[in-house]
Amino acid sequence: MPVDETLSTYSDWCYGSAVGVYVLAMLFSLVDQAFGRHGTRVARARELVGAGAPVDPAERQEPASSDRAWEFAGAGAPVEATDRPEPPGSSHRAERARRFGRMAVSLTVLGVGLHLAALALRGLATGRVPWSNMYEYGATLCLAAVITWLVVLRRFAIQHLSVWVLLPVIVLMFLGGVVLYTEAAPVQPALQSYWLVIHVVSIALGSGMVLVPGVVSVLYLVKVRKPEWAGRLPAADVLDQVAYRTTVFAFPIYTAGVIFGAIWAESAWGRFWDWDPKETVAFVAWIVYAAYLHSRATAGWRGGRAAAINIVGFAVMVFNLFFINLVVAGLHSYANG
Amino acid sequence: MIAFLRNTWRGLTSMRTALVLLFLLAVAAMPGALLPQRDLDAGAVEDFVAANGWWGRLLGRLGFYDVYASVWFSAIYLLLFLSLIGCLVPRTVEYARSLRAKPVLTPRNLARLPHHREGHTDADVADVMADTRRRLRGWRLTERAEDDGARSISAERGYLRETGNLVFHFAMLGLIAALALGKMFSYEGQVIVLADGSEFCNSGTYAYDSFQPGLRVDGTNLTQFCVRVNDFTANFLPSGAADYFRADIEYQAGEDLETGTWRPYALEVNDPLRIAGDRVYLLGNGYAPTFTVTFPNGEQRTHTTQWRPVDQRTYLSEGATKFDPPGITDPAQRREKQIAITGLFAPTAVLQGNVLASSFPEPRDPAVAVDVMRGDLGTNSGRGQSIFEIDQRMVEQGRLERVARENLRPGEEIRLDDGTVVRFDGVERFAYLQISHDPTQVWVLGFAIALVLGLVTSLTIKRRRVWVRATPITDDDGNRRTVVLLGGLARTDQAGYGEEFGRIADDLLPPREPEDVAERGVTTGRET
Ligand code: HEM
Repeated sequence: MPVDETLSTYSDWCYGSAVGVYVLAMLFSLVDQAFGRHGTRVARARELVGAGAPVDPAERQEPASSDRAWEFAGAGAPVEATDRPEPPGSSHRAERARRFGRMAVSLTVLGVGLHLAALALRGLATGRVPWSNMYEYGATLCLAAVITWLVVLRRFAIQHLSVWVLLPVIVLMFLGGVVLYTEAAPVQPALQSYWLVIHVVSIALGSGMVLVPGVVSVLYLVKVRKPEWAGRLPAADVLDQVAYRTTVFAFPIYTAGVIFGAIWAESAWGRFWDWDPKETVAFVAWIVYAAYLHSRATAGWRGGRAAAINIVGFAVMVFNLFFINLVVAGLHSYANG
Repeated sequence: MIAFLRNTWRGLTSMRTALVLLFLLAVAAMPGALLPQRDLDAGAVEDFVAANGWWGRLLGRLGFYDVYASVWFSAIYLLLFLSLIGCLVPRTVEYARSLRAKPVLTPRNLARLPHHREGHTDADVADVMADTRRRLRGWRLTERAEDDGARSISAERGYLRETGNLVFHFAMLGLIAALALGKMFSYEGQVIVLADGSEFCNSGTYAYDSFQPGLRVDGTNLTQFCVRVNDFTANFLPSGAADYFRADIEYQAGEDLETGTWRPYALEVNDPLRIAGDRVYLLGNGYAPTFTVTFPNGEQRTHTTQWRPVDQRTYLSEGATKFDPPGITDPAQRREKQIAITGLFAPTAVLQGNVLASSFPEPRDPAVAVDVMRGDLGTNSGRGQSIFEIDQRMVEQGRLERVARENLRPGEEIRLDDGTVVRFDGVERFAYLQISHDPTQVWVLGFAIALVLGLVTSLTIKRRRVWVRATPITDDDGNRRTVVLLGGLARTDQAGYGEEFGRIADDLLPPREPEDVAERGVTTGRET
């Protein structure tokens, strides 16, 4: 099927505008981050540790009770308040900064619209799903990341952190558009399968979603290790929750994506698992996230160490996307397609 | 001694060990992605060793080119496997017990719980208890009488979380076991079949060009079936990129083998033929030029031998087609007169000077650029040789000589000095097939599905508790009222329990007075 050049050009324009709008959103959000007033609604610290632990006979019988102690100890983990006392008179400026923050969110939504249009037009131009080479895959992944962030914002009032999420997205999209850009073209036989739709979508979703916990975990580490830099960040506890809940959402999707990949490999390459470099690193990333979930259930590993593991997980994902695709060519032929 | 064993076991099955082992596994898997691996590309391994001298060899000795079969990798995953068993057994017992256990006693001081709320009502204790029971339908709950006429209900929900978690980990266990069994009993082989009605029968390893048996496969008792490749269709885009491939095949298995029935199948990339527990894949394709040699005595021999594509964009191919002279019985004499035609094949020829190249993968204008070699091919020396190459040592020793070099189009021929005529007749396509057998892969799939389902269940469901205590009081005006205290605790992760607790509290307590609203942050609304 021939490629519709016009549509493909429109798609490129949309992609470029999406990046532009994200940049604008990031700048607006930066204003909010720098001058806004945040985090007034913070859960109060509850000292549950020690004296207040509830009587729980069942808990005592548990064989792994030492590992599980955190369930109660951790339940009331102290929560920090985030507010720095604002100097009087600054509230007007703060309010204006917050308005910038809200505009940043609206701009991000607009960016998502353009981003979606870019992918849809590519799909229409080529008559196939728009994630068949690295450029398109990167675009899909970034879209997943931004949408995840917007969903997070509906539940957590932390839009002033948008700047930190948009920054890596913009970098990835820029690299994608400049270094990895691929002319619209149909796909080769090895990729013509409905598994392309299912596998790649779930992997891109999973990998894109974990960008958010990756970034938020970095902020978490800053917050707990260098509190003096982090006056404007939300409570460590909130960051931890955001990271955990997005990871927990993304992890099963990613897991399913890897399994779909195995099913596809079984019908395309004759073996469901081949330890090809791409598969190997996907496996490593999976193990790292499994370790993250474990670490949150292990006494002494919650908090900072868990956050560090989460960051490692995201680093492995990015490594898989760039280094493995570009430097170590495997069977995953879309990389050079 | 026993204490030592017990401590080792405890250590091995602790959560921290599992964590460390997971890390080790992740780290140990990495070299497999970064260093060339023998089972993927043996040639790349040799190049790498050659390029890196002693430490290239050292890595080899340490198993770094066969990471997933190496002792250290196996050791890590065996330990993890053991740790997993050791962790699962007590947890399963505990789980079975908890299924029958009653929710735990109501803590004395509910206000210390992470979620709690208090309210006053005119309803009496029994009504509050009844309301609570109604509201907490679906929760496991017990009601207890306390001092001073107070009553409390403890309720718990979300046991499925632990179910899911156990299903997940057991599925992991099953998956690892199924993979190990698969390694034992699977086999895989590759074979090239000409698309001119040639047949392949899975009757033994000799039928294959290459064969990789599992540890417990000796090559006998392979699944019986035959495949015949009648035609091969390829379509390419103008750029030369492949668009689709299809091999029209027929196959017979089981009873069909006796009755001689052939069943048609269109074999495509991504769409293997599944017969009798085996799978037949179309992995590649290429061209097999046909040459006819007319020997001086007038006898003719025609061979169609596959040449291997060296360029996937143009299908420029290389190979060697080998002939034994007919009618010569003396082996020594015969070895003087063997003939090999070796060189390049281009489906769409372009000549740059005299050098043959190909501009397109379809056979639009096929041509060959060949050397005709005569002499001893070395085929009787007992050494196996590649079907795509001649034995260069024979050339170096002067026992195999080039007697002609020519570019040929179909129908064109070369006449050699002794009157032998070599003709390029045309070209046939071949299909490169892989036959795979893995009896445990459906098990692997089944466990993988269970794994995801268990994971989703375990990660979405929260194990949570709620306690309600109703205490009768008499207020300052002498009215009998009831103080209702609610406490809530999520056993696993607090995330998101606040909202549900808030809803329960809203339903059970009378609308709150303004000073309570400040407390909302604790129990309801956003988690910030
Ligand atoms: C074979 C390697 C293992 C992998 C890949 C793995 C993976 C996971 C994953 C992904 C989770 C989170 C999902 C869930 O809560 O169900 C989890 C939870 C858990 N795993 Fe494992 N696991 C492994 C081995 C073990 C071992 C050996 C133990 C025991 C020492 C263990 C104990 C647990 C526990 C207690 C949880 C629950 C944590 C919580 O409540 O949040 N796992 N595991």
